[in-house]
Amino acid sequence: MASHESTFRPASRAGKWLDERLPLPRLMHGQFVDFPTPRNINYLWTTGGLLTFFLGVQIATGIVLAMHYIPSAGDAFNSVEAIRRDVNFGWLIRNIHMVGASFFFLAAYIHIARGMYYGSYKAPREVLWILGVVIFLLMMATAFMGYSLPWGQMSFWAVTVITNLFSSVDAVIPGLGTRIVQWLWGGYSVSGTTLTRFYALHYLLPFVIAGVVGLHIWALHVVGQNNPTGLDIKQPSDSVPMAPYAIMKDIFALSVFVLLFAWFVFYLPDYLGHSDNYIEANPLSTPPHIVPEWYFLPYYAILRAIPDKLLGVIAMFSSILLLIFLPWLDTSRVRSAKYRPIYKWFFWFFIISVIALGYLGSKPPEPPYVGWARFFTAYYFLHLLVILPIVGVIENPRALPRSITEAVLGKEPATQGARAGGGK
Amino acid sequence: MIGLKTKAAAAAAVLLAAMLGAGTSAHEGGHEAPQIARQKWTFSGVLGDFDAGQLQRGFRVYTDVCARCHGVKRLSFRNLVQPGGPEFPEAGVKSLAADKYKVDAEPNDQGKIVKRPAVLADHIPSPYKNEQEARASQPGGALPPDLSLITKARSVESHAPFYMVPLNMMRDILAGYQESGADYVYAYLTGFKEPAKDVKVPDGMNYNEAFPAPHFTAMPNPFAGGNDAVKYDDGTPQTVDNYARDVTAFLAWAADPSLAERKRLGLLVMVYLLITALLLYLAKRRIWSKVH
Repeated sequence: MASHESTFRPASRAGKWLDERLPLPRLMHGQFVDFPTPRNINYLWTTGGLLTFFLGVQIATGIVLAMHYIPSAGDAFNSVEAIRRDVNFGWLIRNIHMVGASFFFLAAYIHIARGMYYGSYKAPREVLWILGVVIFLLMMATAFMGYSLPWGQMSFWAVTVITNLFSSVDAVIPGLGTRIVQWLWGGYSVSGTTLTRFYALHYLLPFVIAGVVGLHIWALHVVGQNNPTGLDIKQPSDSVPMAPYAIMKDIFALSVFVLLFAWFVFYLPDYLGHSDNYIEANPLSTPPHIVPEWYFLPYYAILRAIPDKLLGVIAMFSSILLLIFLPWLDTSRVRSAKYRPIYKWFFWFFIISVIALGYLGSKPPEPPYVGWARFFTAYYFLHLLVILPIVGVIENPRALPRSITEAVLGKEPATQGARAGGGK
Repeated sequence: MIGLKTKAAAAAAVLLAAMLGAGTSAHEGGHEAPQIARQKWTFSGVLGDFDAGQLQRGFRVYTDVCARCHGVKRLSFRNLVQPGGPEFPEAGVKSLAADKYKVDAEPNDQGKIVKRPAVLADHIPSPYKNEQEARASQPGGALPPDLSLITKARSVESHAPFYMVPLNMMRDILAGYQESGADYVYAYLTGFKEPAKDVKVPDGMNYNEAFPAPHFTAMPNPFAGGNDAVKYDDGTPQTVDNYARDVTAFLAWAADPSLAERKRLGLLVMVYLLITALLLYLAKRRIWSKVH
């Protein structure tokens, strides 16, 4: 763990007794009270706390929902309706869980984009970053299986489309893809068997996520937080203790984010969903237009942008798996895009591409949408595989401040995180 | 570095816009449909609530017109009494359930399942025992869908160009607009029009301008009888427009019986969170002022 003087003093005899046997309070104090946080981190650094909060919300509401939900093809849809109508505050718990998934992803996307802008994946934070990608993949799997549970039309057909992707393996080894798909389904079509196993996994994976989140936070506390300058903490004046400074900022940001969240929970619970999912799953009737949840739309656009099924599947999965190699694809020695005049532009175009792919993913796969989807898909991969390595070499970074303190108190006062919202 | 905070905010805004942009998928289907006008509903918006009188009239339209073919199986009789709904008097609903509806009782001691009068706790029985019976009773074999969730299971497509999408979304989010399903149902119920001369409507089908292209629907115009088809006893004019509007409001309630409670609680939560956020901001400012 990042070394710093411990100010932990057990207040009572019992506390002292425990400290000599299992110093858990000392560990927590060291990691979440004394822990030095860069004094210049801005509000984008509150997203980690948000994500932890939303993981807790999803697990808590999910456990309550699981007490009332019935994972069978005949009863799943009815049991969700019973939760909405007959369970005390069932409508509220279900709305929180349903909208919570969307806000979990919103916070995750901001968190990931922040890491990409400020170069938080660069040495020595590679393992921290890779653990983050692992969490992201687990989140996607969990959300995908969770979306199948209401057993509405979109649930059923999204499962059908996505599991069928594995049949593309048939193009390489004939028969294998079909076998994989049937193994996933537990039969020759998507059925109640598929639903039950997805339910079991949907209940399991959040706890796996919680475990990897523990590793993610551990790795973070070994190497310390990045910050808008991308500089390391070099002297005491570069940092402030996590409590009360960073904690207070996290809690305030959380209250604002939860305000937005509550707006959707209470006034727009179905806004982010699809109306077809209020029609019970019917294997005999295919919706005219199958779309995934909004947070999967960019990958869905990539999948459909490529005419060949197998290559499309490979492109879709590699669009996320490539992120694992980001620490080595980016060759720049400077972390923060603030000091990278060329990379900065490409970064924003990358963000625009992802958003555009999201929009295109919601549209039918026909002209002109497919053409644009190909363009932005091409840029997505070009950015990661070509632009990042080259820009890092040819770019002439701007002069870095000597320290975080100088960045805050030196030439450019009143614009840094530590001062943002600070006493004026 | 002046632009830093702005950029951070911009990044968040752009991501938010992306998410919200994607939200429009809820209103977009793969096929062409006419523009459907937004209606004024008492239950729309932050302070919206159902009008019990309208729901009572809507229930009457439902029972007199729709219930011949369509069920509302997810409603129980007790829902008709509970606050936030039509709020019929309990005695009236009890006798309605007992007199008009029979449901399967538990097997008797001979193992026979006999019928018993319905009670408040029972779901409202559907007109048909199962899908097969429903289809068999329809001229073209079409299935009249259960209407318990119909206003949530339908939506209105947006044909806005991509650059309008973020603006439209902002507008809908700020307004708390969730009524596109009700707008569609109302447009459908009032959408039975004479087709253009060159349109050949297939046998057993009916032309409806709100129904997705090619606008042929199996359901005939439920209000073909015109005005005065359903008796209102509260002085509301007996017009087709009112029938369509009232029954749509009833179905919107049937799909979302907790709407009133949801919006009332939501308001409290929003006020509480606003005050909390303000206090937390002041505390944060105070704490960080020591750093300089």
